[in-house]
Amino acid sequence: MKRYSAFAVAREAARYHSGWERAWRSPMPKKSYDVIIVGAGGHGLATAYYLGKNHGITNVAVIEKGWLGGGNTGRNTTIIRSNYLQDPSAAIFEKARSLYETMSQDLNYNVMFSPRGVMMLAQTQSEIRGYLRTAQANALQGVKTEFITPARVKELCPIIELSGPRYPVLGALWQERGGTARHDAVAWGYARACSDMGMDIIQQCEVTGVDQANGQVTGVKTTKGDIACKKLGVVVAGHSGVLADMAGFRLPVESIALQALVSEPIKPCMDVVIMANTVHGYLSQSDKGEMVIGGGTDGFNNYTQRGSFHHAEETVRALVETFPMLSRLKMLRQWGGIVDMTGDRSPILSSTPLGGCFINCGWGTGGFKSIPGSGWGMAELMAKGSSPLTDAFGLNRFAEGRFIDESVAAGVAH
Amino acid sequence: MLILDCPYCGTSADETELSPGGEAHIKRYGPGSSDTDFEGYLFGRENPKGVHFERWRHANGCGKWFHAARCTMTLEVFGTYAAQTFEPPQEIKDKISAKRPGWSWRDFS
Repeated sequence: MKRYSAFAVAREAARYHSGWERAWRSPMPKKSYDVIIVGAGGHGLATAYYLGKNHGITNVAVIEKGWLGGGNTGRNTTIIRSNYLQDPSAAIFEKARSLYETMSQDLNYNVMFSPRGVMMLAQTQSEIRGYLRTAQANALQGVKTEFITPARVKELCPIIELSGPRYPVLGALWQERGGTARHDAVAWGYARACSDMGMDIIQQCEVTGVDQANGQVTGVKTTKGDIACKKLGVVVAGHSGVLADMAGFRLPVESIALQALVSEPIKPCMDVVIMANTVHGYLSQSDKGEMVIGGGTDGFNNYTQRGSFHHAEETVRALVETFPMLSRLKMLRQWGGIVDMTGDRSPILSSTPLGGCFINCGWGTGGFKSIPGSGWGMAELMAKGSSPLTDAFGLNRFAEGRFIDESVAAGVAH
Repeated sequence: MLILDCPYCGTSADETELSPGGEAHIKRYGPGSSDTDFEGYLFGRENPKGVHFERWRHANGCGKWFHAARCTMTLEVFGTYAAQTFEPPQEIKDKISAKRPGWSWRDFS
């Protein structure tokens, strides 16, 4: 792999950009691999990358039914934060956030991580109490957050209206080192690094069945033929239930659509990320100048990847109250992604009833921010059988009543 | 937008008028049941990409709970029926079979 650098840009400029090579190969699948990862989104590719980098396992295939990063990796609002309440969540999300800080150097691929700060608005008394509690928990966990006053909110984000009639801004939980990154670049950077280690990324290859013998996984059936493997990692977000069905076990997961929308591009007006959980809206400004708005989830199971108009309307109506200048903006695009929700709103990184088969799912609405931490933990789990990052997130926690309850902490989709 | 016909008041209601109530026909396990059954009742959920059965409440209308048979991929509604039943009526199953031959959901098909 030719490294990207300022020198490379100069070299290619001098020869009409004729020397850029493909970022990753597109091979046909081999007959067998040590490890197959199903799902070439951020989490799947990160899992493959850390399997190679941290554990020396490079005979790996990442198979994807659509195109690389075309699921939730390309559909989120790119927010990165780690201000969670429970210790296991803080550990894995903070690991992810810290890995984002050095990801561009690590992958030699600019993921445009922008630690611009994430602010979660407190707009009711109960939210104030909740965020004060989270700030205290974060102090104990070593995650730097603070509860800030409305005056400080206004200073950080001048376009905000503090004294809205229904939901005045009463303060905020501020994580200075949170921010955003370029979501596609995260997938592309991992894919390029995986391909460079000799891993095969096989797109347009749908898994149609899971082969097993004596309670052990032996391979997968795909639209490009049968592929054998010793270990299987299922990292397919919204379609986890479908894959689990093929592998013969049930998951405490339901798939629903979460949607987002962006406005027309405008001049820079907001250099922080704002989350307003009471009114179910997230807001940030992309580098192109679009206001990126994340909305609520549908209340019922579906796989439609489109969302519904009345949810977009609700989100925008509420945000306009807190950000009056948005009322004049035209919205350009709206889309949906299928998120896999667990009962306690925490992910599942676990071995499964099928030997050699591991699952990484249930990230719900918080998948993008966790990509490197999730990959790091999942790789260790698959290589060694356990990982300090993932042990608390096992499937058995439901039977044991040992929840990692972030639904109370977040109140809504997070 | 999803539109369901309330089997009680007969109104054709869109989703803003209804509240989703999760998976239908869940068997309740209580004291004396096995841990696996209890866990399945509390947390195990069908999550099909296709035919699904759900509970809905006509919240901003007559207030009644009812069942709906629906496709989670296309949002096509196969039919709605009363809440006081342990399984979908044959008429609904026939409608689904006509459109999705070979469907199955838990023990129903």
